[in-house]
Amino acid sequence: MTMRPAQRLALFLLLAPAILWLGLLIVLPHVEILILSFSERVAPRVYAFGVGNYLEFFTEPLYWRTFARTAFMSILVTALTLVLAFPIALYIARVAQGRLKAMLLLLCLLPFWVSELVRTLGWMMLLRETGVISYALRSVGLANQPVELLYNDGAVILGLVYGGLLFMIVPLANALESLEPAVVEAGYDLGGSRWTVLRRIVIPHAMPGIVAGCIIVFMLTVGNFATPVLLGGKNGLWFTEQIYAQFITRFNWPQGAAFGMLLLLLSSAIVWLGLRLTGQSLGTTLKQA
Amino acid sequence: MAHSTDLDIVNVTKRFGAHAAVDDVSFSVAPGEFFSILGPSGCGKTTLMRMIAGFEHPTSGDIRIRGKSMIGVPANKRPVNMVFQSLALFPMMSVGENVAYGLTCRGVSRAEAEERAHRMLERVGLKGFGERRVTALSGGQRQRVAIARCLVLEPTLVLLDEPLGALDLKLREHMKIELKQLQGTFNTTFVYITHDQSEALVMSDRIAVMNQGKFEQVGSPRELYHNPATPFVASFVGETNRWQGEAASASNGAISVRLPSGAVVQGQGRAGQGALAFVRPEAVALAQDSGALGNLPNRFEGRVSAVLFDGAASSLLIDTVGFEQPVRAVLPQVGPLAGIEVGAPVHVGWTADAMKVFAA
Ligand SMILES: Nc1ncnc2c1ncn2[C@@H]1O[C@H](COP(=O)(O)OP(=O)(O)OP(=O)(O)O)[C@@H](O)[C@H]1O
Ligand SMILES: [Mg+2]
Repeated sequence: MTMRPAQRLALFLLLAPAILWLGLLIVLPHVEILILSFSERVAPRVYAFGVGNYLEFFTEPLYWRTFARTAFMSILVTALTLVLAFPIALYIARVAQGRLKAMLLLLCLLPFWVSELVRTLGWMMLLRETGVISYALRSVGLANQPVELLYNDGAVILGLVYGGLLFMIVPLANALESLEPAVVEAGYDLGGSRWTVLRRIVIPHAMPGIVAGCIIVFMLTVGNFATPVLLGGKNGLWFTEQIYAQFITRFNWPQGAAFGMLLLLLSSAIVWLGLRLTGQSLGTTLKQA
Repeated sequence: MAHSTDLDIVNVTKRFGAHAAVDDVSFSVAPGEFFSILGPSGCGKTTLMRMIAGFEHPTSGDIRIRGKSMIGVPANKRPVNMVFQSLALFPMMSVGENVAYGLTCRGVSRAEAEERAHRMLERVGLKGFGERRVTALSGGQRQRVAIARCLVLEPTLVLLDEPLGALDLKLREHMKIELKQLQGTFNTTFVYITHDQSEALVMSDRIAVMNQGKFEQVGSPRELYHNPATPFVASFVGETNRWQGEAASASNGAISVRLPSGAVVQGQGRAGQGALAFVRPEAVALAQDSGALGNLPNRFEGRVSAVLFDGAASSLLIDTVGFEQPVRAVLPQVGPLAGIEVGAPVHVGWTADAMKVFAA
């Protein structure tokens, strides 16, 4: 198909804001960070090209262990979110009708009306030693001294799953909604049990939504900062903390930049792997999200 | 033990709130029979069928398959399979997997299920389509997959809910015959829902005419067509002329009806004060002079007001003295009246037997 010059110009003008936005906010900083990550300090204020920042990552166990832990925990959080969100999405998409459906979606959305920081602080109030749950446990006699529920992996996972739930429910409910009721009924009619229908009809149909939700939740989780820091405390050990420390505390920007690139690489690799394993393409997945 | 009926519906009622979608319906279907339920949109056909399949539960009454009550038996445990109006093929599976699905649900090994699905596809004329995606099939092929998916399970009963509704006219005509042949070769009992009287008449051994949740009449296509039991059946099944009047005199089943214009027609049936008279278009005899109709009790003079040419189903509308609406008759395609044109004078007549009269 050929375009007349006027059309081409119009198209360019229409796309210009998007291109500018992408260029200025995403591509440009990343190119900058990429360049930065390959510069080593050879003397005060003197920098040279080198892969030292990346080598540092592999030689210092704290760094790559935190990295691996972040990746593992994020996958765990994503899986937990999926397991929790699936029945909720199934209910919203297939059982709830009219106002109940709208109410339920609103209920999922409600926590996002306050900032992530405030939401996380809310969890702290519940979980800390002098918090609501600790107090309740003591007053019903299940504990005889204050219970510290904060600053462990459980608290971090709880906070992250809570934060990711909505972003899993929406694409899932979207995908499940488009499943024709008669197809599910046909699944039962031909002798399928609940489990067979779920496994062979509902889940395959919802696959694009599942993958979309997982990608979003995984990205949000890997890149999260406030939740692991606040709920995990010293034990949080999230890779974003290392990036923060390099940039802000140590003032070692090249090292921080290298970590940033590694994190980007990690999420891209895992998303790619997820897409390959489920046989989904990025295109169909984006349509669901 | 062989049972003399495959399906017994006993006084089944289904209410949605105060509205009775199915109202005290009873019937039986014999093994190997092609049984149709014919009725206008919203009369409760789908509701009745969904109760047989197990997706709705009757408010009262019993559903028995080969003598066994199905009340409380879930849909996936009933020896009944359904072809949905939308077909509801599984888009996430290939054609072969669609057909093998029911078998694998029953615990048939994968290899055997594939083999049997393959053979079934061959029998419905879809040899070599096993690997195709269902989205890559034509309407008629999808239809056959939906039926093959049921038949491969060798169910006691196959339910079909207006399965031809989505097809174009030509294909629908073709599938009608094909469905009937399939049913014959598999010798499976079919319960078929439709609102299209021609589908029901062509395919069925017996038809139940349903209206507002109730059965009006159950009978063979010919019985329904020639001896309708109610005015609804008379007007719903097949083309017909319908006149309203009042009963003038009655004796022994013969009845005369006076139309509002004062004209009197002779028919068969029973009526109270008001009467409805029905005559099939093909029962209306036409002639150029009244002498040819001399022995008919109903004879009138008219003028052709429209020629509705539709091949073998062509008809004539004749403005007739004494009738408010034109009389519909079959267009003669041979003989002296073959080339009849609008405006031509013509004599019409019919026997008393051909006119069914009901109380209005
Ligand atoms: N789940 C339901 N809740 C309330 N009313 C219902 C429900 N299902 C059906 N009905 C009502 O019952 C009546 C019969 O519906 P049904 O679907 O059986 O009609 P049908 O004969 O199959 O019509 P069509 O030819 O249009 O498919 C309708 O008036 C419909 O509104
Ligand atoms: Mg229906």
